[in-house]
Amino acid sequence: MKSFAFHSPGTVPDAFALLNDVSESKLLAGGMTLLPTIKQRLAEPAALIDLAKIPQLSAITVDGDALVIGAMARHIDVVTSAIVRSKVPMLAHLAAGIGDPAVRNRGTIGGSVANNDPSADYPAAVLALDAIIVTDRREIPASAFFTGLFETSLEPNEIITSIRFPIPSTAGYAKFKSPASRYAVVGVCVAKAGGRVRVAVTGAGPCVFRVPEMETALEARFEPGAIASIKITAARLNSDIHADAEYRAHLVTVMAKKAVAAAIQGL
Amino acid sequence: MSNIIGIGKAPRRKEDFRFLTGRGNYVADVKRPDMVFGVFVRSPHAHAVIRGIDKTEALALPGVQAILTGEDVAADGLGSLPCGWGIHGADGLPMKEPPFPMLAQGKVRFVGDMIAFVVADTLREARAAAECLAVDYEVLPPVVGVLEAVRSDAPLLFDDVPNNLCCDWELGDKAAVTAAFRKAAHVARLSLVNNRLIGNPMEPRAAIAEYNRGRDHYTLWTTSQFPHVVRFLMAALVLKLPEQKVRVVAPDVGGGFGVKQFHYGEEAVITWAAKKVERPIKWVADRSEGFVSDRHGRDHVTEAELALDENGKFLAFKVTTLANMGGYLSTFGPNIPTNLYGPLLSGVYTTPAIYCNVKVVFTNTVPVDAYRGAGRPEATFVLERIVDVAAAEMKIDRVELRRRNMIARDAYPYQTPVLVEYDSGDPLGCLEGALTAADAAGFSARKAASERAGKFRGLGFSTYVEACGLAPSRFAGRLGARGGLYESATVRVHPTGQVTVLIGTHNHGQGHETTFAQIVSDKLGVPFDGVDIVFGDTDRVQFGMGTYGSRSLVVGGAALSKASDKVIVKGKKIAAHLLEAGEHDIQFEAGVFSVAGTDRSKSFAEIAGAAYVPHNYPLEVLEPGLEEQAYYDPINFTYPGGCHIAEIEIDPETGTVTLEKYTAVDDVGTVINPMIVAGQLHGGIVQGVGQALFENAVYDEVSGQLLSGSFMDYCMPRADHLPNMTVETHSTLCTHTPMGVKGCGEVGTIGSPAAVINAVVDALSHLGIHHVDMPATPNRIWRIIQNAAMQQAAE
Amino acid sequence: MIIKFTLNGRSRKVDVEPATPVTDLLRETLNLTGTHVGCDTSQCGACTVLFNGDAVKSCTLLAPSLDGAALTTIEGLSGSSGSNRLHPMQEAFHENHGLQCGFCTPGMVMTAVALVTRNPAPTEAEVRHGLEGNLCRCTGYQNIVASVMAGAVAMNEPAIGE
Repeated sequence: MKSFAFHSPGTVPDAFALLNDVSESKLLAGGMTLLPTIKQRLAEPAALIDLAKIPQLSAITVDGDALVIGAMARHIDVVTSAIVRSKVPMLAHLAAGIGDPAVRNRGTIGGSVANNDPSADYPAAVLALDAIIVTDRREIPASAFFTGLFETSLEPNEIITSIRFPIPSTAGYAKFKSPASRYAVVGVCVAKAGGRVRVAVTGAGPCVFRVPEMETALEARFEPGAIASIKITAARLNSDIHADAEYRAHLVTVMAKKAVAAAIQGL
Repeated sequence: MSNIIGIGKAPRRKEDFRFLTGRGNYVADVKRPDMVFGVFVRSPHAHAVIRGIDKTEALALPGVQAILTGEDVAADGLGSLPCGWGIHGADGLPMKEPPFPMLAQGKVRFVGDMIAFVVADTLREARAAAECLAVDYEVLPPVVGVLEAVRSDAPLLFDDVPNNLCCDWELGDKAAVTAAFRKAAHVARLSLVNNRLIGNPMEPRAAIAEYNRGRDHYTLWTTSQFPHVVRFLMAALVLKLPEQKVRVVAPDVGGGFGVKQFHYGEEAVITWAAKKVERPIKWVADRSEGFVSDRHGRDHVTEAELALDENGKFLAFKVTTLANMGGYLSTFGPNIPTNLYGPLLSGVYTTPAIYCNVKVVFTNTVPVDAYRGAGRPEATFVLERIVDVAAAEMKIDRVELRRRNMIARDAYPYQTPVLVEYDSGDPLGCLEGALTAADAAGFSARKAASERAGKFRGLGFSTYVEACGLAPSRFAGRLGARGGLYESATVRVHPTGQVTVLIGTHNHGQGHETTFAQIVSDKLGVPFDGVDIVFGDTDRVQFGMGTYGSRSLVVGGAALSKASDKVIVKGKKIAAHLLEAGEHDIQFEAGVFSVAGTDRSKSFAEIAGAAYVPHNYPLEVLEPGLEEQAYYDPINFTYPGGCHIAEIEIDPETGTVTLEKYTAVDDVGTVINPMIVAGQLHGGIVQGVGQALFENAVYDEVSGQLLSGSFMDYCMPRADHLPNMTVETHSTLCTHTPMGVKGCGEVGTIGSPAAVINAVVDALSHLGIHHVDMPATPNRIWRIIQNAAMQQAAE
Repeated sequence: MIIKFTLNGRSRKVDVEPATPVTDLLRETLNLTGTHVGCDTSQCGACTVLFNGDAVKSCTLLAPSLDGAALTTIEGLSGSSGSNRLHPMQEAFHENHGLQCGFCTPGMVMTAVALVTRNPAPTEAEVRHGLEGNLCRCTGYQNIVASVMAGAVAMNEPAIGE
């Protein structure tokens, strides 16, 4: 690792001030992506600003009809949270499938969402639940947040503080994980809120995306069979040594059905 | 003595404590005073001419002590990395053996080929300088696959190796095979790929070298399975140093699997550089570096044909293989797909005529060499796959077809048509045992249950035999071995009667410190706790060929047994003197020397004490001290064998294959420690399952880049991929090793790929599938199911 | 920068360069070489340690993050120094032949201890799932799984003499 400075601010404004004052500084959340990136010399920040010492960033609360998860809540915190388990159990299930136990003990929801890895799990849930990404300066709807491969609409030095998930009537997540990396080859999150259904897919394309045909079909009939014959096109899907685009397209339907089944079971 | 723990017992391992408490001593743990750090600059290109290397800028960076390149190697007149085997082609000519310089000279031939060695005060400084080194490449088109490499228009790795063909090797009676095929009632044919693997022991390779100018002496700590061989090859052939001036230490080594049984360029470079900088140098490979520099395994493309008569008796077997050698010949490279492959094609069957042709081919990939099983899994895979193909085509039950062709237990010793003579075995006994243990009879009910759940279930069988206990030196010499393959052991009895064993094999997970202690405890009647095993240091251990090829117990254990016998012989002489009896009247049992028919006796410790305090001692005819050494060169290979049965389930929706049950019944000869043998089988089986279901080293055909270059993309088997396995032994004794042992390190890896793939094909047989290449990944299986469905719809 | 933390039950104060992974701090500065490095992509788990009781990969944890925390490495698991007494999980690995070359072992044992701390009576499937972040190339995992199951039972038994 090339050398860098390390700061541990105690408040969000302090973090913001450091970000602005120290050139080429980066925020450190769980470090599950950032630290390997630095180790491989793909990033060379001059300073890291650690968010771990800002206690309010890891709170998990209910605010009206929304579940609010602090940006620094670790995956394990989401897995074990009684609030999450009672309000949106799908999120606990999703978080339990991220990486491995050691990753879950360090990785955070804010870090995952900000990084927007095309095969990360959380972006599917954020988009399907129509969540709000709350930052130090504004609230960004999920539909406007994920803009491309590792790209989001975050401004330079903008800090995610929490994710606000409207509590759905039901939701399910199903993931076909890479046996090597544990990332999603394809992950599908299905959420039903009121009469509306949203289907979001991660892993399959360069960025998380929705499948309107499936949403329409599920709004008419919320059961796996309703979408069994809906095939998405393989064009523009990812293709690599583990899964070609056609296979990924096929898996979207398979995982969507499983996600619906999970939603019906209330998982 | 109460704590004699002998052969057949399962004491817990003596070596566990240091590993369980974080007190192992691996190379990366070693620190030397004033140590500096080395980094290798590796080629980012698969094939390129090196136009020039400009060290100026890098040398000026802080902390940099030295930057060495191929030009420096040439200027010092150093040798090429040697190949330990010189095989000959069908035309009688020797294989093409282009030089393998320890740092590239003029050209690079694979991504990862070494360009330069940078030494600096800190690792960070060495890395910075390595990144800054200016190398001017003229990039050439690469060739990574064997089929492409032998085409007339393929890029050539070496100007003087036409068609990239290292050797066109053959074995067997071609005329007899041709004649047998003419008489055949049925011929089964099969084309297959044996996928390239990366061994990935969990400890990355590492080395530390130190030069002492006062003594003109070098010490190399290295992650090696055979330190004495490294010393010999490096000192005598590469660096041209006096062998006695070089000490090679391989301390605790975190797994080998073949990957660490070669003499690597890094070892020679760092030793050479240590004298130049006169400070100890440490190099520890990153895992990413290991992926492009650890020798790879397998990588065959094969066509096979099996001729059968109308009853399913095998008449002849013909195999043509293209074997990938990568960019250079590694230490054992050309031996693996030839001598360790062709002679195994008889399997446990009575096939009277076999012919095998292997084209050994250079490509722009990491050099390929031995990986657990080494040639024998490849042979078993071809044979056991084609037996299933033949059974399906002739509509004969797969098990029945195997039974009809097996060598009967009473037909041993059995001379195969491909060089080797099996001394003992009972293939049918293993098969029947495995059928019972696997509850094969209950399979149809389990298959029906899977079908009700929308899943496909398959059962796969593989029998196998391996030639191991490498190796009878004279026989190996005839096949092209350039070294001996014996082993040595010293039994040093201390004045207190405790024992230190110095042995030339190397323990890197196999439990030698326990197994060998059991042998000594058993032979000499000394307490198990009173025996220590020393290995892995050329200054402590007399000599040895190291650990590979399932040889440690077979060859090293035999040397140890012989040395123990010599101790007893001398002990009897001492006892005869002390007990005032004739030497022939002395009996030795359970650690006590006694005069036959009397109650006069001396304990082993008393004899040892007398040997070292020789006051009442026959000094006129007997030397004091009690230490004996033996070298053992086996008279034949050993031939473990067995039957493996895999049961898998396929989810046709995703193509995922799940291993549901695995049963192995193996004939490994005498079992010294059943706990350790079971552990070796578990690990071996899972490496074979990894090849069948998960692992694949993939190169980009255009760029020659390794696409599966990390654990993110190279799928290692994990705990949640696997079921518990059932492993049993059904042993016949080896007739020519002192204890009847056959070896067990590789058997699991040899039997399992074919068993798993045969199960996968069985599960898909209703779709008309007769072969699936490895690894049977979800994408591949889904594609096969899709294609079969389309084909059935079209019909 | 100066960091203060509890290492294997004892308070430590160390001056570290911030860009130091905990693996380097342990292995190079503090001479605790039981924590191993088996990869550079946070995949193998050989470097697993307990960070405030949670299993984490120390290759992907920065030394400054230790400030104020409690860290346990394999060297600190078996209790008082100078004693050969093993932790029940270490004992279970020994008894069940849950290790061969020993390189993955520290990470496996630390992961297992954390797993059982969270889930005192895991099923075999839960153990296999819980070990998904730890690679072993020697054992085929079978005896490791058996060790963790046995270790779980032992960890829940009251210690003799305590």
